Amino acid sequence: MSTDTPAPTRALNLARTTATAARVLRQLRHDPRTIALMLLVPCLMLFLLRYVYDGSAHVFDNIGASLLGIFPLITMFLVTSIATLRERTSGTLERLLALPLGKGDLIAGYALAFGTLAIIQAALATGLAVWFLGLDVTGSPWLLLLVALLDALLGTALGLFVSAFAASEFQAVQFMPAVIFPQLLLCGLFTPRDAMHPVLEAISDVLPMSYAVDAMNEILRHADMTAAFVRDTAIVAGCALLVLTLGAATLKRRTA
Amino acid sequence: MMNYSSGPPEEPAVHAQDLTVVRGPRTVLRGLGFTVPRGRITGLLGPSGCGKSTLMRAVAGTQAKVTGTLDVLGSPAGHPALRTRIGYVTQAPSVYDDLTVRQNLHYFAAILDPGRAAADRRHENVTRAITDVDLTTHADALAGNLSGGQRSRVSLAVALLGTPELLVLDEPTVGLDPVLRRDLWNLFHTLASERGTTLLISSHVMDEAERCHRLLLMRAGEILAGGTSRPEAGGDTPDALRARTGSETVEGAFLHLVDEAIAADRTKETTR
Repeated sequence: MSTDTPAPTRALNLARTTATAARVLRQLRHDPRTIALMLLVPCLMLFLLRYVYDGSAHVFDNIGASLLGIFPLITMFLVTSIATLRERTSGTLERLLALPLGKGDLIAGYALAFGTLAIIQAALATGLAVWFLGLDVTGSPWLLLLVALLDALLGTALGLFVSAFAASEFQAVQFMPAVIFPQLLLCGLFTPRDAMHPVLEAISDVLPMSYAVDAMNEILRHADMTAAFVRDTAIVAGCALLVLTLGAATLKRRTA
Repeated sequence: MMNYSSGPPEEPAVHAQDLTVVRGPRTVLRGLGFTVPRGRITGLLGPSGCGKSTLMRAVAGTQAKVTGTLDVLGSPAGHPALRTRIGYVTQAPSVYDDLTVRQNLHYFAAILDPGRAAADRRHENVTRAITDVDLTTHADALAGNLSGGQRSRVSLAVALLGTPELLVLDEPTVGLDPVLRRDLWNLFHTLASERGTTLLISSHVMDEAERCHRLLLMRAGEILAGGTSRPEAGGDTPDALRARTGSETVEGAFLHLVDEAIAADRTKETTR
């Protein structure tokens, strides 16, 4: 028998990855309200924050910069967990995995699509904060954008991973307070991490959002890329990659 | 033995021996043996819950915990080389509701046959698949806005994209009106006769059995008729089944065989 397989399944195929990313974005395009919410809500929050702390510019700088890192993480977490859950429950995931699609293609496709959206979201939020709301950043706004993108990828990775443990949309939405809120409380947004109880500080040391916020604060205070900044971004990127790999392991070609 | 075939005898499209599937605490398929001949329509019939879908998932390679022998187109079921050669349609339509019919097909086509060089071929395949399932007038409608029958035809069109050698269709005509059902069965026969496609189609509607070349009757995880344990391996023809059971319809034949099986179960229990 001839064994000509025109399209072998490799770990990562660029054409299949971009086709998947284009498909995810095309789905979103039929849902303009979601796009509007994703892009405008962070801007609105920053705007509110600016006038809540109208008298104390320093507080706005601190919290504003941290939020620029937190928004993409939360948005992409929610969108990805629901999107992949729908993919699982609608049977399209089973169909895709019966086709010559690598798991890496699917995950990279999602990461690419939501990463693109995250860049737009972060550009809007950063631009608004820096140029219109007077967020005082010592470092380069481009670095803010870079960290925001890495945070978005981390959010995508976490969302993909937890969607494997959610049997319904109700459960998937509940993973947001379960996975995101503890990180939010411990990341240094409310109290500096080194001022926390040692146990809490130790927990915050192993949560990735802490490093996302630390990296944002490094940019806020230093004109150059500091060693701490490089370390923090590397940790966020490493976590995103690790969780994406774990997420890939939850995609099974054969299911019970 | 293969007296139905006009061509040279060739290996069957699907060959199963001692096929067993366990789902959770339940053994859903118990030691099945059967074959599916190439280029023919084989109907898999039986009541709801008898294991038809599990059998189809096993053939498509998406079912976990499959033991025994299951060869599909010369490779073990689930082999990566089979992914472009099998079209599998689940009972519930698996398409993206927030994409149009054409966008759905273009995406799956890009997975089957990726790359810019294949763009023209993909476009042809998509147009042909839409025509095959008679959705040309709805090509630019969102799948979520279509009726149930139309959505299941989109799902079928996806399976037709790569011109697969084997089509595994799980209840493809459920919920369709009589005209559409007739049209789809005509399409299935065209696929078998003109493109040489092998079709394995499940149904719990017995009158559809008459439209199949070969039949496998299932009940409670076992094959009642058409399995390899019988001389007519490769499935019974509807005529043979009717003649053997002295029934006028396939439904009658099926009920006859079920009654026989129940009686056999009872005697087994009493002699135990």
